[in-house]
Amino acid sequence: MKVPYSWLIEYVDINKDIKEVADALTMSGSKVEEVIEYGKEIDKVVTGYVEKIEKHPNADKLRICKVNVGSEILQIVTGAENVQEGDTVPVALHGSTLPGGVKIKKGKLRGVESNGMLCSEEELGIANESDGIMILPKGTPIGVDIKEVLGLKGGILDFEITSNRPDCLGVYGIAREVSATFRLPLKEIKTNFKENKEDIKDYINVEVKDMLCRRYSARVVKNVKVGPSPEWMQQRLMDAGVRPINNIVDITNYVMLELGQPMHAFDYRFINGKKIVVRKAKDGEKFTTLDGVERVLDSSMLVIADEKETLAVAGVMGGQNSEIKEDTTIVVFECANFNGTNIRLTSKKLGLRTESSSRFEKDLDPNLIDIALDRACHLVEVIGAGEVVGGKIDIYPHPVKPYNLEVDPNWINEFIGINISKEEMAEMLRYLGMKVEVKDKLNIEVPTFRQDIKIKEDIAEEIARLYGYDKIPSKKIEGELVEAVLTKEQRLVNIVRNVMVSNGFFEINTYSFVSPKVFDKIRLKEDSPLKNAVRILNPLGEDFSLMRTTLIPSILETLKINYLRDNKEVKIFEVAKVYYPSDNIPVEVLKLGIGMIGKVDFYDLKGAIENILNVFGIDKVDYERDEENLTFHPGRCAKLMVRRKQVGVFGEIHPLVAENYEIEDRVYVAEIDLVPLFEAYKTERKYKPLPKYPAVDRDIAILVKDEVAVAEIENIILKVGKDFVESVKLFDVYKGKQVPEGMKSVAYSIIYRREDRTLTDEEVNVIHESIVKALEEKLGAQLR
Amino acid sequence: MKEQLEKIKQEALEEIKNAENSQRIDEIRVKYLGKKGSLTSILRGMGALPSEERPIIGKLANEVRQFLEEELKKALNNIKQKELELRIKGEYIDITMPGKRIEFGNIHPLNKVLDEIKDIFFGMGFSVAEGPEIELDYYNFEALNVPKNHPARDEQDTFYISENLVLRTQTSPIQIRTMENTKPPIRIIAPGRVYRSDAVDTTHSPIFYQIEGLVVDKGITMANLKGTLETFAKRFFGEKTKTKFRPHHFPFTEPSAEMDVSCFVCEGEGCRVCKGSGWIEILGCGMVHPDVLRKGGIDPEKYSGFAFGMGLDRIVMIKYGIDDIRLLYENDIRFLKQF
Ligand SMILES: [Zn+2]
Repeated sequence: MKVPYSWLIEYVDINKDIKEVADALTMSGSKVEEVIEYGKEIDKVVTGYVEKIEKHPNADKLRICKVNVGSEILQIVTGAENVQEGDTVPVALHGSTLPGGVKIKKGKLRGVESNGMLCSEEELGIANESDGIMILPKGTPIGVDIKEVLGLKGGILDFEITSNRPDCLGVYGIAREVSATFRLPLKEIKTNFKENKEDIKDYINVEVKDMLCRRYSARVVKNVKVGPSPEWMQQRLMDAGVRPINNIVDITNYVMLELGQPMHAFDYRFINGKKIVVRKAKDGEKFTTLDGVERVLDSSMLVIADEKETLAVAGVMGGQNSEIKEDTTIVVFECANFNGTNIRLTSKKLGLRTESSSRFEKDLDPNLIDIALDRACHLVEVIGAGEVVGGKIDIYPHPVKPYNLEVDPNWINEFIGINISKEEMAEMLRYLGMKVEVKDKLNIEVPTFRQDIKIKEDIAEEIARLYGYDKIPSKKIEGELVEAVLTKEQRLVNIVRNVMVSNGFFEINTYSFVSPKVFDKIRLKEDSPLKNAVRILNPLGEDFSLMRTTLIPSILETLKINYLRDNKEVKIFEVAKVYYPSDNIPVEVLKLGIGMIGKVDFYDLKGAIENILNVFGIDKVDYERDEENLTFHPGRCAKLMVRRKQVGVFGEIHPLVAENYEIEDRVYVAEIDLVPLFEAYKTERKYKPLPKYPAVDRDIAILVKDEVAVAEIENIILKVGKDFVESVKLFDVYKGKQVPEGMKSVAYSIIYRREDRTLTDEEVNVIHESIVKALEEKLGAQLR
Repeated sequence: MKEQLEKIKQEALEEIKNAENSQRIDEIRVKYLGKKGSLTSILRGMGALPSEERPIIGKLANEVRQFLEEELKKALNNIKQKELELRIKGEYIDITMPGKRIEFGNIHPLNKVLDEIKDIFFGMGFSVAEGPEIELDYYNFEALNVPKNHPARDEQDTFYISENLVLRTQTSPIQIRTMENTKPPIRIIAPGRVYRSDAVDTTHSPIFYQIEGLVVDKGITMANLKGTLETFAKRFFGEKTKTKFRPHHFPFTEPSAEMDVSCFVCEGEGCRVCKGSGWIEILGCGMVHPDVLRKGGIDPEKYSGFAFGMGLDRIVMIKYGIDDIRLLYENDIRFLKQF
């Protein structure tokens, strides 16, 4: 909210630089987002009266002006076309400065002396662009500093007003904060005016049919002469960001900006039946608002109507039908209070947020109406806009009363961690408009404009902020020692991430929502349970509408983004949740997703997984071929089985899926459930004595059929060589020359060792031969 | 005999002197001192000598043998040293060639910074609490003093799953859940993904990360809030960091504040990062509202507490100078490799 500084100092005598005031207010709770110091860099620019304009003898586009700047008459050459004799304009004198540090000096333009410059709004830094010289209103004094004329001295404060402080939605409310911040008195606002002898009841009647209107007050002004409002009023409106319209509308806006209470003015002529009715709109009712837009209302919206038709959407915007016109002579000033939520919802539905609705939606104090309506009448009198009819309409069935609160000052000191006297607390609160009696406790009467204060903590906040948050000491937490602990899951997630990083993978972070299209992209079967996903009712778009049930599409999407950007060597992983629908709150399950493209194969992926299992101390692991999973290459896909239960799937992505993700390369992906891994995690490790007796190393190379899995060979070796074979290591698999079609050569290094004695060659020979024999019998292996 | 011995000695010496490698030294040893060596054969021929000469010649022969052994040893050492020097000279490598590395991956910058923040709070006795991302409206709003139709709900643009189920817009619901399940003293931070239906641009993402904190105990004061968060700011942004607490408003704390830290880029001078102010807004905080404590099953007359919350993405972006939030969720490997 923009507050001109000059307006603010009308209510508090503060003799401080605007920046200093801004900082102090920010620290006491009214955050100043920006200080706009328009005239700051302007120096030696005054108002001047253009007495005469002549043509330039040497240039068609230039003109020579004789400008009266009070002390003298200057000859100034200008290129502007809009200046006329009799205009008052800003004149930059010799030696003056304009925003941006521009210096103006005497000089000759095409042979004619020019002793200064006529300025545009753009040159003065008060507009982003302008066409021509700024023409000041008629009657503007001559030879005066332009900063004074434009009201630029001091500038404008732009506040961020939090939703709990509707009382600060007007200049006067902010002035009260200034008063409390600097402990200076707040001046009273002038509201005196004369009423005529007539009675408003002879003019108008009001009926409030809906309790969403908590109070409805009105005054009638007659003998109105509609015209522009005075310059000072227009200037303030403009500084606060409101466009001047005419004196009547300007008065309502002025009061709104000053007190935060929106008002509306109706042309009395167009109120049918001389009766105002506050009621709900009819469903589908059409109504043209002041901005010329026809809007469709519904029965949740509150309207101000007469006997026949709607005149205004309550608290949001008036209608064209009763707008103040040039020939308006009688005006009805409305000053009302509406339910904030209703106004907010109406404004949202209509897509129409106004200065008025944005205030009403914060739930204003109904008692603000008294002062606001009087202030409007006072202004009518001050600017001579009309004659106030005697009496007022005031429908206020349930008046809001001040709130009483008793707070222990010692509690406040303890709660905040400070030590100030109860008298000082009382003084602070009084500046905020509260009545305070100091006894053992503070007996506080909270004014109705502070609806946000209800409990002792609210009072504590007022004290703390006026005392200054920066003055509150900083203390360590004392008391019972609290031990920070990591849960097992948190610890293991960290381990998984560290192992993956050591494996050479980069952690990624992807959106949890996916498109329904991904199910087809990864070729899920028709009846796949993964298709049953949690759906967002109001997604950002169909492509972000489902909470993912698998990490695989996210992994593939990330690989795709990289691949298409020519990142062809990519190893990534993510530890993230998937979401399954359930009767109550959806179930969230932690998964590890892995993806890789580049110079890698199935076994690189498997190795990374094995490293995790190894670090976790999980040994009962099996890998089962999975030809059913259509996401993967049927010949290169494995189910990861831990203790006979599937905990994940990994392998090469099916070429059709890779194609769906525009990757013309082999893609390897894994998705692993982390919770069962965490359960299988073994903490205890036992030391095994280092071997005392030497080992015997024997290699074996056999020919087996292609389809024999090496795991079968290893199992036989380990089984037959039990208690003798310490380890078996595959070191070569060969197909091709010298190996018959459909066969492969597999070579192992077997280490024999006994824990209790040194093995003799003979012993090893016997075992080795029986292994060979078993391989021949069970797998049809041939020794090479 | 004597002369013979002397001659052998001289000859051998000459040969040792000219020997060029260790193999030659071995040959010389064999030639003179070996089983069939010339010195050996002299000793063998001693029997023919008169008995009184035998000890003299024997002694002499032994002296020659010892002498030659010494010389051979010396020569061998010399040669070995020369050979070693030669070998080393030939083995110079280009030490500026790149090292052979096991290629590590990397933790995502969001998690990297989160880990750092977790560690700092861990050191101050804060455990990490977690909760569901798909959350009951009650925990996300109602229990935090944001009833239905509260304007704050508009500001937060919530994703709805059903009428009473939302994608959490903040990690604050974890605070309520923690209070329900834990007796004070409570000291937790609650980091996690949160969701708001903001259209994506350089500073907005519909998914982002928040870190909230909660402390509840007897006698917790606003001074404790300041002390704790100042310590965090110094540990995270550097010991020289200054903090500024400004009053603010949140429905779930009273009093409420925002904390600014002095800009760590320009140290308060004013720069692009801090928009010239010298300060960067980092977090919101306040004393837990008594209604919120009650919702968590904690008696506000006995206990008090403070809470705080900050946006991780913003902190990561400021820390690394990242100007587009989308980079954090796009996962371009060239981006990820930089951290
Ligand atoms: Zn800076």
